[in-house]
Amino acid sequence: MIWNETYECLSRKEMRELQGKRLFNTVERVYYNSPFYRKKMQELGITPEDIESVEDLAKLPFTVKNDLRDQYPFGLFSSPMSEIVRLHASSGTTGKPIVGGYTRKDLNIWSEVMARTFSAGNCDRGDMFQIAYGYGLFTGGLGAHAGAERIGASVIPISSGNTEKQIQLMTDFGTTALCCTPSYALYLAEMIDKMGVGNKLKLKAGFFGAEPWTEGMRKELENKLSIKAFDIFGLTEIIGPGVAYNCSEQNGLHFNEDHFIPEIIDPNTLQPLPAGEVGELVITTITKEGMPILRYRTKDLTSLNYEKCSCGRTSARMDKIRGRSDDMLIIRGINVFPSQVESVLLEFSEAAPHYHLFVDRINNTDVFEIHVEVRPEFFSDHLSQMLNLKKKIAHRIQSVLGISAEIKLVEPRSIERSTGKAKRVTDKRNIYNQ
Amino acid sequence: MLIKQLSIFLENKTGRLTEVTDLLGDAGINLSAFTIAESSDFGIMRVIVSDPDKAKQILAQKGIAVSLTDVICLQCPNTPGALNKTLQLLSAGGISVEYMYAFAVNEFAQVVIRPDKIQECISLLQENHYELIKADDFYAFKEK
Repeated sequence: MIWNETYECLSRKEMRELQGKRLFNTVERVYYNSPFYRKKMQELGITPEDIESVEDLAKLPFTVKNDLRDQYPFGLFSSPMSEIVRLHASSGTTGKPIVGGYTRKDLNIWSEVMARTFSAGNCDRGDMFQIAYGYGLFTGGLGAHAGAERIGASVIPISSGNTEKQIQLMTDFGTTALCCTPSYALYLAEMIDKMGVGNKLKLKAGFFGAEPWTEGMRKELENKLSIKAFDIFGLTEIIGPGVAYNCSEQNGLHFNEDHFIPEIIDPNTLQPLPAGEVGELVITTITKEGMPILRYRTKDLTSLNYEKCSCGRTSARMDKIRGRSDDMLIIRGINVFPSQVESVLLEFSEAAPHYHLFVDRINNTDVFEIHVEVRPEFFSDHLSQMLNLKKKIAHRIQSVLGISAEIKLVEPRSIERSTGKAKRVTDKRNIYNQ
Repeated sequence: MLIKQLSIFLENKTGRLTEVTDLLGDAGINLSAFTIAESSDFGIMRVIVSDPDKAKQILAQKGIAVSLTDVICLQCPNTPGALNKTLQLLSAGGISVEYMYAFAVNEFAQVVIRPDKIQECISLLQENHYELIKADDFYAFKEK
C-alpha cells in the first residue's frame, strides 16, 4: 500500500524541482532565523540566493553532532518558542542531550512520514498497533504512535518494558502490528515461545528500528513471530523515526525525499559521492520549521539507489547501514562513545584510564563488558573493596551512559598499548557484515 | 609479631599464577603459605614469603599490582575446639577477623589471621599465652 502516491511516486525530475524549491525556502528560513546558520553561511560567503536548485546543496555548510550540543538547548531553532508545540531529546549520553523542537506543521510531517512507513508495511485502519517503543523524550514511542493513529489503526500505547503485559495485551487485544527495537522483539518472541501462546497471536507486521540489525535477525523475527519485519530509520536530529522505511520488497529503505534530502559523501574529503558508492549519509531537512537542519553528518555508512522500486515508489533507497565513520557504538539501542567510558574512568583514582570495550550479542541481547586496569598504587588487599570499586564504576557507567555494563578489573599494563590511535573496542556482533 | 604478607592482584587467566611463582622462585624467594581469594574475574593472592620487600619490588617492576599487608600467624594445638576457643577470645575482645587461612598437620596448626585491630589482637593473644610465630621464622629461610 502506498499512503501518498503523489509524493512517494513523483518522477525524479519533479522530485528534484520540488527539492530545489523547498531547499531554498529552508535555507532562507535558517539564514534569517538562526544566527548559527547565518554565521556558518557567511563564513562560506553564501546567501540564500545562491541556492537556485537542489544541485547547489553541496555549497551549504555541514552540521555535526557537536553543533547541536554546542547550541543546546534551542540554538538551532528557527521558530520562536511560541510556535514550538513539542520538544524531544536524545538520551544525552555524551553530556548534553540533543534537543528537537517541533511546530504543529512539523508534527504533521512526522505523522505523515510514519503513516507512509506503516502503509508500506501493508497496515491500515483495520490494524491493531502495539507501540512498544519508549514514550517520552525518546522519539520512538510518540513518533510511531502518531503515524499509527494517522492511518486510522487502533493504537495500544503500552511503551517499552513489562514483557508479560505486552504479551497479554498482544493476545487479548489481537495485536497485528508491533513497533519496538528489533532486540526487544526477539526477546518478546522468546517469551511468547516460553509461555506457549504463539498460536494465540494475530501479528502480521513488525516495524523495528532505533538500532542496527542484520538480515539474520530479520529472518529470525519473521520466522518466530510469523510476521513480515520492516526496518525504520530515523534520528532525533532530523525528526525521529520515519526518515526512511522499508516497503514490502524489503530491498533498501525508501527515503522520504520530499522532506529529507539524502546525500552520500566521502567522510575524508567531504565531497559528494555518486549513487551506489558507499560513504557517509548526510541529511538535509527541507520542510521542517522548528529545527531545520542543513547537511547533517549522520556518520552512518551506506549507499543510495535511485532506481525505481518494483513497489512503484520512485524515492531514493538507502542500503542497510554498513558501519560508522566514527567510533560510536549502538548497544541495546543506546549510542555509546568510548570517550564517555574514558571520562567516567577518569573520575576513579583507583582505575587507570586504560580500558577496552567488548560488545557481543548473546541470545539476541547485546552484552557490554568493560575491562578496566587497576592502578597498582591503589590496589587493595580487601576483596570487598575491589568488588566495591567494580560496583561504583558500573553505577557511574549506568548513570552517564544510560546503559549497564559488566565491569571487569584487569591487571595493570595488561591492556594493549598502542602508539597510534588506540583500539579500544572489540565488537563481536558483526552487525554490519551480514 | 607482625608478618608482612604480600597481596597480589591476579586476573583469572590460565598461567597467571605460574608467572608469579616463576618470578619469585627465580629470585630465590621461598613461599611459606598462601591462599587465593577469588571473585568472578580476578583473584587476590595472599602469600607469606621469605623476603616480602624484595618480592614486592620484583613483582612491582613487572607491573603487577602488589601490596604488603600486616598479618599475624598463630600456632595452636591441632585438637578439636582449639581454634574455636581462640576465635571466641578474639570476638569477646571486640576483634574481628577480616580473613584467615590455616593448615594443620601432626600436633600443631598454623593460622594466619588478618584482624581489624592488629596490635590489640597481638596483645590479647599474648596475654592469654598463645604462641605467635615470629616474622623471622619465615624470613630466616633466606639466610639458610
